[in-house]
Amino acid sequence: MSGIRLLVGTRKGAFVLTSDGKREKWKVDGPHFAGWEIYHVKGSPVDPNRLYASQTSAWFGQIIQRSDDGGKTWIQPGTPPGEPTTTPEGMAKGESNKFVYDTSPKTGKPLTTHMWYDGTQHPWEFKRVWHLEPSLTDPNHVYAGVEDAALFESKNGGESWQELAGLRGHGTGPKWQPGAGGMCLHSILLDPKNRQRIFIAISAAGAFRTDDGGKSWKPINQGLHSQYIPDPHAEVGHCVHHIAIHPSRPNTLFMQKHWDVMRSDDAGDSWREVSGNLPSDFGFPIDIHAHEPDTIYVVPIKSDSEHFPPDGKLRVYRSRTGGDEWEELTKGLPQRDCYVNVLRDAMTVDSLDSCGVYFGTTGGQVYASTNAGDSWNPIVRDLPAVLSVEAQTLP
Amino acid sequence: MIRVVLPHHLRTLAHVGSEVELELNGQITQRTILDALEAKYPMLRGTIRDHVTQKRRAFVRFFVCGEDVSHDPADTPLPEAIVTGTEPFFIMGAIAGG
Repeated sequence: MSGIRLLVGTRKGAFVLTSDGKREKWKVDGPHFAGWEIYHVKGSPVDPNRLYASQTSAWFGQIIQRSDDGGKTWIQPGTPPGEPTTTPEGMAKGESNKFVYDTSPKTGKPLTTHMWYDGTQHPWEFKRVWHLEPSLTDPNHVYAGVEDAALFESKNGGESWQELAGLRGHGTGPKWQPGAGGMCLHSILLDPKNRQRIFIAISAAGAFRTDDGGKSWKPINQGLHSQYIPDPHAEVGHCVHHIAIHPSRPNTLFMQKHWDVMRSDDAGDSWREVSGNLPSDFGFPIDIHAHEPDTIYVVPIKSDSEHFPPDGKLRVYRSRTGGDEWEELTKGLPQRDCYVNVLRDAMTVDSLDSCGVYFGTTGGQVYASTNAGDSWNPIVRDLPAVLSVEAQTLP
Repeated sequence: MIRVVLPHHLRTLAHVGSEVELELNGQITQRTILDALEAKYPMLRGTIRDHVTQKRRAFVRFFVCGEDVSHDPADTPLPEAIVTGTEPFFIMGAIAGG
């Protein structure tokens, strides 16, 4: 019988929630890496037992953890305990925690500056990994979106990391600026029909696309409108909160921007607003039904100044028309006195026949719907603030 | 024998107790202690000082014999009490909430 494994990253550790295909009874395992911020945990689509986790701390920096048994045990892949740090030939072993911007003449780009909150220029400094995106074909290949914004990849199971410097060196870096959470590359979408195509999004720079496997990148922000930058229609500078594609239709992208829900049907070359009748078009996550590429989900948040649901009512909004027309989903969700937030990587779907939808809140609840959003139940109520939720549908 | 006391989160990463011991010859400084510590426990690389610049991370402090030596030059010889193991070299996480 199939089952579901939810990988939950929180402010104080990671949790693994498992259930059988009925999704009624859940086992909660954790905390893993207790006390550390776990920005993201995600499994390989080709080997579900291969998981990657971003473990981070303002004190002690960035750690990459890997599990090869579905989250039961974890290792730092570049530096197993007790092993020598060099090979018999004296070569340094991979260092899984080492994220160094590539400034080499051959493959790198010079380290420039980006815009700071006060409009001055600020040095590019690595802080943490926000998002890990395993390859669609190789469990040892994984991408990492980092703060300050850049894209890294590992082709050896996380043992070492190389920057795809063409993105950071695209040339518009001095116009990129941090959002409230930092200048993070938070979304990585791999096109299942075109291995050379990757979409990423940065807060606050915008969305970018490569069509050559990451060597060169173009901003794809035409049609976005942002009042908080001097030119609201600028090529870059937009605070994109999250982007999503459906594997069956990768030329269609959905975006939750700082304000506005957007849609593109030409792989990001142009965008149109599809906020429609949402009570607020501010929010963080956006996700797509596993079997219906025009069914999308958002969680409206009151505003950029008040990061909680409008009217104290936690509501997921679903559009079955690819945007513009939205219905509120409230059954099982608190409809009074609710002032939590739902962060950008904290919503996900499973791929069972009746699509499961899940999201975690900054109040520590993880909610599950087994009927595509019609009704919800909390799996857990009292975890630390949830940063990310990923679902694995297991055979 | 040099004794080093690690903060809780680094103990978990390195799979050790509160105190580790290092065999070191020659001059004993912050740098030689950290070099030896990272060689023995490579999972700690980058957690105490930057991978590239080798500068101490901002929220990490070093205490020696009741003194904060975090801002001393990395190659300053440490007191005899550290060299003999009478006193441990403390690596601390700054008290910054959380």
